[in-house]
This record gives sequence, C-alpha cells and structure tokens, in this order.
Amino acid sequence: MKSLFSELISALGGRILGIIKQLGEAVLMFVETIWCMFTTPPRREIIISQMREIGIKSLPVVLLTGVFTGMVLAVQSYYQLHKISMDTSIGILVGLSMTNELGPVLTGLMVAGRVGASMAAELGTMKVTEQIDALRSLASNPIKYLVVPRFLACVLLVPVLTVYSIFVGIVGGYLIGVKLMGINGTFFMKNMLDYTNNFDLANGIIKSFFFAIIVALTGCYKGFSADEGAEGVGKATTQAVVVACISILISDFFLSIILF
Amino acid sequence: MIKIAGIHKNFAGQEVLKGINLDVKKGETIVIIGRSGCGKSVLLKHLIGILKPDKGDVLFNGVNISQLGETELIEHRKRFGMLFQAAALFDSMTVKENVAFGLREHMELSENEISEIVKKKLSLVGLYGVEDKKPAELSGGMRKRVGLARAFAMDPEIILYDEPTTGLDPITSDVINDLIVKLKHEFRVTSFAVTHDMKSAYKIADRIAMLYEGHIIESGTPQEIQNTANTVVRQFISGSSHGPITEKDL
Repeated sequence: MKSLFSELISALGGRILGIIKQLGEAVLMFVETIWCMFTTPPRREIIISQMREIGIKSLPVVLLTGVFTGMVLAVQSYYQLHKISMDTSIGILVGLSMTNELGPVLTGLMVAGRVGASMAAELGTMKVTEQIDALRSLASNPIKYLVVPRFLACVLLVPVLTVYSIFVGIVGGYLIGVKLMGINGTFFMKNMLDYTNNFDLANGIIKSFFFAIIVALTGCYKGFSADEGAEGVGKATTQAVVVACISILISDFFLSIILF
Repeated sequence: MIKIAGIHKNFAGQEVLKGINLDVKKGETIVIIGRSGCGKSVLLKHLIGILKPDKGDVLFNGVNISQLGETELIEHRKRFGMLFQAAALFDSMTVKENVAFGLREHMELSENEISEIVKKKLSLVGLYGVEDKKPAELSGGMRKRVGLARAFAMDPEIILYDEPTTGLDPITSDVINDLIVKLKHEFRVTSFAVTHDMKSAYKIADRIAMLYEGHIIESGTPQEIQNTANTVVRQFISGSSHGPITEKDL
C-alpha cells in the first residue's frame, strides 16, 4: 500500500516536473524569438510567405465560424428575449459577445486548430528528418529562420482575422435579427452602438494578440520537441492543438478579469 | 586542426560516448566505423556544436567549440559543411534553393552570381538541369549528391559526412565515394566521416578509427585496420556474425 502511494506521488512529481521543464523551455524559446526578431530579423519574403500561409489561408474558416456564430447568437437570443419583449436588445448581445469574447476566442481556437497543428507537424517532421540540424550546420539559427516568421505572422494577422470575425459575426446577427426575425434594423443598430464601444473592440484585439502568441509558441515548441518517427510527430501535433486551445480558454478568463 | 579531448555524452542515463580522444590533422580524411547506434553520428554532431558534451572538450584550431554560445557557433559553422544520412534537404524548397541557402543567408551576392555558383556546385557532383526540382522528385543517390553540393556551396574547410552511402545501391555508393575523394583532392578539405560501410571506409579514408562501446578501440590507416589483431575490429570489418561483438550481445 505504502509503495503504491509512493509510486503515485513519484509519478505525479515526475509529471509536474516535466510540465515545469516544458514551460521553462517554451519561455526560453519565446525570449530567444523576441531577441532574434529585433537583432537578426529574417528576410522579408520568408515572413510574407508565412503571412500568406497563416493569415490568408485561415480567412475562409475564420469568416465561416464568425458569421455562423453571429447568426446562432441572434437566433438563440431572439427566442429568449422575445419572451420578455426585448427583441431589439439582440443587437447589444451580438455586439458585446462578438467583440469581447466570441470573436477573439473562436478565431484563436480556429487558428490553433489549423495553423498550430500545421506548425507542429511541419517543424516536427523537419526535426525528425534532421532538417533543423541541417539548418544549424548551414550556420543558420532555426529560431530566426523557422520560429520568428511564424511568430510574427501570427501576432500581426490573428488580430486582423479577429476583426474580420467580429465584423461578419455582427453582420450575420443583423441579417438574422432584421431579415428573418423582423426586428427593426435602426433599433438593432442603435442599441448595439449604444452599448458596444471602442473599448470592447480593443478588448477583443488585445485578447487576440495574446492568443496569437500562445498559438505560435505552442505550435513551434511542440514541433521542435517532437520525438522520433511518425508517432512522435503525430503526438506533437495533437499536443500543440490541445495545449493551445486549453491555454486560450484559461488565459481568456484571466484577460477578461484584467481587461474589465 | 580538430582535437577531441575526453568527451562523454549520455542520453536518458545511457552513456553513449565514454571518453573519446581523437586528433584530426588538416587535409586528412578520417573515417569512424562502428555498429549502428554506437554513437558515431552523436560524435559527429559534437564537432559542429549541434550537441555539446557532458564532459570533455572539442577544440578547433585551439578554440573550444563546446563552450561557444549560439552566436559564436554560427560563425564557427560557416567553416563546416555537412552531408546528412538522409541528405536532410529542405523539402519545401527546390534543389537550387537548397544549394543556395547558405549563400543567400551569409553572402552578399546577386541572383546571377548565386545561380552561377549553384550550377557550378551541381555540375561538380554530376547533376545538370535539376535546379527547379523538389527533393521529393529525386532518387536517393541524387538527393545525396544535392546534399553534397549544398555542403560544398560555401567552400568549407571541413566536411562532415554522416553515413554517406547508407541506403544506396552498390554502384551509386561507389559514385558517392568517388565524389568524396574527388572533392577532397580538388578542394583540399579536411574530412570527417562516419560509416559502417567498410568498402566506403577503405576507399575514402586516410585513417580509420573504430568506435565500440563508447570508446575508440583502434585507429590506423586502412592497411593497418585490415591487418589488425584486435578481434572486435576483425569481426566488424569482416562482417561476421560470430565473434566477440555478438558473443557479448548474447
């Protein structure tokens, strides 16, 4: 019994130490990324190619998620608010939810799923096929060449994607509320603009900036630390998405407390 | 030129290198032989600072590589070229972009000059008209040759070969061996190779050293190695399944 207990404690301790070690390595990677970004920035064409990959190719999925979220929000809130004759408040609900929460969080989750996974898979494959060692042998810093462009592309474009998501979400909510549910469009817009201000939009953009850092860092870190073989790369990819999604949701809670 | 002084390395508690001592002279080709998984590639990666020893030093012209920071290591690596076991070509890039990688990163050259150098290095390894192909479109031997062209692109002083003939048919292996010998004479580079292909070792080496259980157990010219009395080395070079190496495994 005693040995089972000590084994349990030792396994738990080992797991906690492992998490602390990984966290430390990720922080070191973040610091090195920031350092390289200012001291030895990569060539512009490498950054642009990553921006195309991360920003433009994520746009359809982000727009689709945003518009349907706004529409569902309008439908659900209409059924509830209609009971208490507050139909025109749908605009407030859609506006506040999309700017503060749903726009940044869902964009972050979508980018984590699409971009974070692809980063971990690509870098993990490069690691196990010695391409990262080849970069080092060619006197290049893999952080500068592989991490900085991905990090910059994420940090610059996830906030832009978030703004698009918020915009199409509100448009979707407006169309459902006004065209389908028959709410007066002027009231919808007036109520929304009265209660949703620039600070709400700024909150969403600030959050998305942090989510971008989480997605880029977990994707790159998990790729760089992938174990050998296809199984190692698969595991790294799954972990990158799971860790990024959980981190986005947890940090959203703390950011909400700090920003309001 | 290179002095490996008592290096130890262990991974997850398993000691792979147990105090390696080795000197490499300028212009010499040294080949490390040993069984798969004995730590040959690990030793090679210490020379270029990709791995750092737990104990001991790697000195290059008197500079201790194992104590250099990442920025100094980058400068150090510009003097090296390395051919990886599976070539390790960047699969998102074309052959030209692979060979030109170091030139673009470290030299102020025009696109025309880069194209000229790439063409020259590819012709040196016997490849023509493949500049726009992706690594996935090439055969194993061609990939190795592109890897060789990439390693030579910046005219390095030292070339490291990690299993240069592994996975190739005997004829292509011999083509690669001939290329290594040709490049050595043409560029007067110092070469450090690891392999378990004895035919390749005899052909390219000035000196052969055998790594066994974390130690260099024998070192000498190809002739000396062929005539050694060491039973472990004899079993390895003859490729026999009977002898002290396999007895220990049983």
